[in-house]
Amino acid sequence: MARSPFRQSNMSFGQRLWQVNWSFVLLICATASVGFVMLYSAANGSFDPWASRQMMRFAVGIFLMLIVAVVDIHVWLRYAYLIYILSLLLLLAVEFSGSVGMGARRWIDFGMFTIQPSEIMKMSLILILARYFYASRLEDVGRVSHVLAPVIFIVLPAFLIVRQPDLGTAVLLVASGITILFAVGVRIWMFVFGIVASIVAIIPLWQFVLRDYQKARLLTFLDPDKDPLGTGYHILQSKIALGSGGLFGKGFLAGSQSHLNFLPEKQTDFIFTMLAEEFGLVGGVALITLYTLLLIYAFVISLRCRSQFGRLIGIGVSTSFFLNVFVNIAMVMGVVPVVGMPLPLVSYGGTAMLTLMFGFGLLLCVCTHRDVPIGPGAADG
Amino acid sequence: MHRDAERYKSFSRRATLLFGGKLLLLSGLTGRMYQLQILQGQKYKTLADENRISLKLIAPKRGRILDRFGRPMAINRQNYRVMLVPENTEDIEVSLLQLGKIIPISAQDIVRAKRKLKRKRRFLPIMLRENLNWDDVAKIEVNSSELPGIEIDVGESRFYPAGAEAVSVLGYVSGVSEKELTGDPILELPGFRIGKAGIEKAFDLNLRGKSGTTQVEVNAFGRQIRELERREGQPGAETFLTIDMELQKFVAKLLGNEAASAVVMDVHTGEILALVSTPGFDPNSFNRGLSKAEWQALVSNPRSPLNNKAIAGEYAPGSTFKMVVALAALEKGVVTPKTKYRCSGELELGKSIFHCWKKGGHGYMSMVNAITQSCDIYFYEIALRTGIDNISAMARRLGLGQILDIELSGERKGLIPTRAWKKRVKRISWQKGETLLAGIGQGLILTTPLQLVVMMSRLVNGGKAVLPNLTLDLLENKGIPDSVIKPKFDRLGIDIPHLNLMKKAMGNVANSPVGTAYKARIRKPGLQYGGKTGTVQVRRISRAERESGVKKNEDLEWSERDHALFVGYAPVQSPRYAVSVVVEHGGGGSTIAAPIAKNILLEAQKRGWPRPKSLNRADLSQSTSLPTAKMEG
Repeated sequence: MARSPFRQSNMSFGQRLWQVNWSFVLLICATASVGFVMLYSAANGSFDPWASRQMMRFAVGIFLMLIVAVVDIHVWLRYAYLIYILSLLLLLAVEFSGSVGMGARRWIDFGMFTIQPSEIMKMSLILILARYFYASRLEDVGRVSHVLAPVIFIVLPAFLIVRQPDLGTAVLLVASGITILFAVGVRIWMFVFGIVASIVAIIPLWQFVLRDYQKARLLTFLDPDKDPLGTGYHILQSKIALGSGGLFGKGFLAGSQSHLNFLPEKQTDFIFTMLAEEFGLVGGVALITLYTLLLIYAFVISLRCRSQFGRLIGIGVSTSFFLNVFVNIAMVMGVVPVVGMPLPLVSYGGTAMLTLMFGFGLLLCVCTHRDVPIGPGAADG
Repeated sequence: MHRDAERYKSFSRRATLLFGGKLLLLSGLTGRMYQLQILQGQKYKTLADENRISLKLIAPKRGRILDRFGRPMAINRQNYRVMLVPENTEDIEVSLLQLGKIIPISAQDIVRAKRKLKRKRRFLPIMLRENLNWDDVAKIEVNSSELPGIEIDVGESRFYPAGAEAVSVLGYVSGVSEKELTGDPILELPGFRIGKAGIEKAFDLNLRGKSGTTQVEVNAFGRQIRELERREGQPGAETFLTIDMELQKFVAKLLGNEAASAVVMDVHTGEILALVSTPGFDPNSFNRGLSKAEWQALVSNPRSPLNNKAIAGEYAPGSTFKMVVALAALEKGVVTPKTKYRCSGELELGKSIFHCWKKGGHGYMSMVNAITQSCDIYFYEIALRTGIDNISAMARRLGLGQILDIELSGERKGLIPTRAWKKRVKRISWQKGETLLAGIGQGLILTTPLQLVVMMSRLVNGGKAVLPNLTLDLLENKGIPDSVIKPKFDRLGIDIPHLNLMKKAMGNVANSPVGTAYKARIRKPGLQYGGKTGTVQVRRISRAERESGVKKNEDLEWSERDHALFVGYAPVQSPRYAVSVVVEHGGGGSTIAAPIAKNILLEAQKRGWPRPKSLNRADLSQSTSLPTAKMEG
């Protein structure tokens, strides 16, 4: 086996920074810039109040990402459990003392800033699952007893997040967790069993846990014409704005539907609609292409990684990212229910942006340490 | 190595599968975009042009605040406002100029409007002036064709009939500042007000109500054509206070323009009947928006009108603290009611000499006499024997040195020191001389007028741990005779004979010829009151000064004069009302504070039984469904 410079984890800081995949970073910046442009438009051609702040947050995010990227990957291995437990404690803190915004308890107020622990949990879950499975052999994974603990890791935070109530985030968390289980090689029959069990579990969930507005959203999704001025109204308005954009759009700052306030929350959840109204199919496809490129990079990074830990992180981060992108765009086009999910890198929002940048940092860290062997399989290295 | 290869194979197979799935879903989204934008594009373009229904929010009516008899203390009045919708005019400057020719508009209004102009979206109206009179409204309506973008809007504005006299309870409402925006769209409505102090702040969310929506037809430029459907919001809840508005006004007038405060409380239920801090300020002016000069005047006033002294003013309790010391001493058993100490006018402790307020001394004093005549030497003696920690424990049981959770923000805790506290915070040991000073309520001890009235109540209500409250719980106790109401508060565990001794002594203060408040007694039989005077030194009197003759209070600068305190209760036979009065730099407790307390207690008793008899269940349900229903006491 050829000795590559990445075999060792004792690279110097400068070496590591040099090894960061800079074209990936450039791609992230390009995608975020689309967001700045749209936020500028959302404020009717003003950097204030959204675009300027978003740029600042992005700068902080890039910084955070680079730090995460150059940290020795063993550090993430060592602290994975601790990070997960801390995130779980934060979620519990929301349960007891979080501030209520729009009828839901999702934030913790630290005076200077507020954080949304459900966002942080997304990355913590990926870390702990990667940590749990990094040395598992295929035979281990085949046993039910071995998969029990990870299922608890997934269900525990998901339950707390549903109670906030934030159904959308909880579903995405479970989905990205299941993807990791799938990637480590959990048998297909276990997934089938899981699906049957969940359907049985949904009945009490529907009756006791879901709030009326969550039920309403799901029901409206199934039949949007029933309530044209309720939740269905948003979807309808979004489709009108998007559809009227045509091939090339109405032009920058000229999206009449967005600017006449027919579109709700155009700086957050419905920012893709605004992009598609102002820049048309061309603009929308361009952004989707940027996202696809990012996903390709992530895919290649996890395939080329020599440690299972790194591969699982790669799959986890890219899937979580993909799910957020997909659910948001599908939502504004009326393909899935309105769940209140921001568009990664583009929507206005602090915690979501920082969490994602942390995730990308992990991905870059995996890339930098792609030849560093970790765990029992590394005994020869 | 073989195992890892097998694992890697499984991983890469499944990862590729996942990746393929992602690409498939993303192309699905692209397909959906193609469907919406190209295949159905024409349909949606037409829909967009016809998209004329716009949802707007309607501000809910703010809930009224009523006193215990249902008399309005905070109400809403119609308010005509002139608004500018930026996108409906080609030139904002011209519109403003035209408007300025028709009605007077100050430069300040224009500056404020322009500041908002930058922040708000162009289709949102900006308020230029409010509280227009009918003439101005008519003039604008007549000239509307020359005023593009200018609209008249009828809103509601808060009005406080009692003005400055009730501001220490009610607080005020004012516009939403940028820091207070939470993302709730209701806060972005033009002219929306939120509570910034007092009850208005504490109950803001209840008073606010829920916003309604109106569906309006607009043209492609966003101009409103007509209203299609209106869903009224829910008006804010009406709030009944325990305050008796007439008594509140009476107390405010008595305190006048002094830097003073007074609280009147029902000793059994804890209901606050009046809570006044003077000088006040007109809450209506905050609602309309203060000018810079008005604000400066409020902030720079040395009598600090913005500070609610009744709950946030912290004062040494002075001699009003003596009952606490006496009860602690009796409980510890260091004195009996009969024990006597000789007061020679001064007491030596180590190198210092401590003085009684009465030069030459009181002679032999028992406990009742010492309270009646407010002898300091007696309390130095028993304080030394009781110890600071026992005194502090008793003070806390009586409600001092703690937040009492009244429904107003800004309540202060005061300070009841202990040995451990001093060691921890000041890092020095407790000195004997400090115990001595604590015996007459001076030194480190700090209390608020609210705490003092609670202390007074607990002393005379049979030793129950009554707590203050400001809002009437109408579902309970409504119209039920007082005798039926069960005491809700636990007993403090203070010996009843000890408390009776305190009542006897405090009764003497205002009814015995040697009592310190005898001159301010109530003569009418059955209405007599009891209490305790307090005079608190603000500056130290040096030895040299004492020898050359202490200056009279009137000769001092205002800020160096003594604070005058009084805590009292009435009637003496079966206590019902407690009062605390603090006049900052007012002078003597017996000459300044006692007469005020006397007048308050007399008025409270004359006003009769303060329980709202008319508020029965039927009235309540009516008042919530019809917010304008009359609620006359």
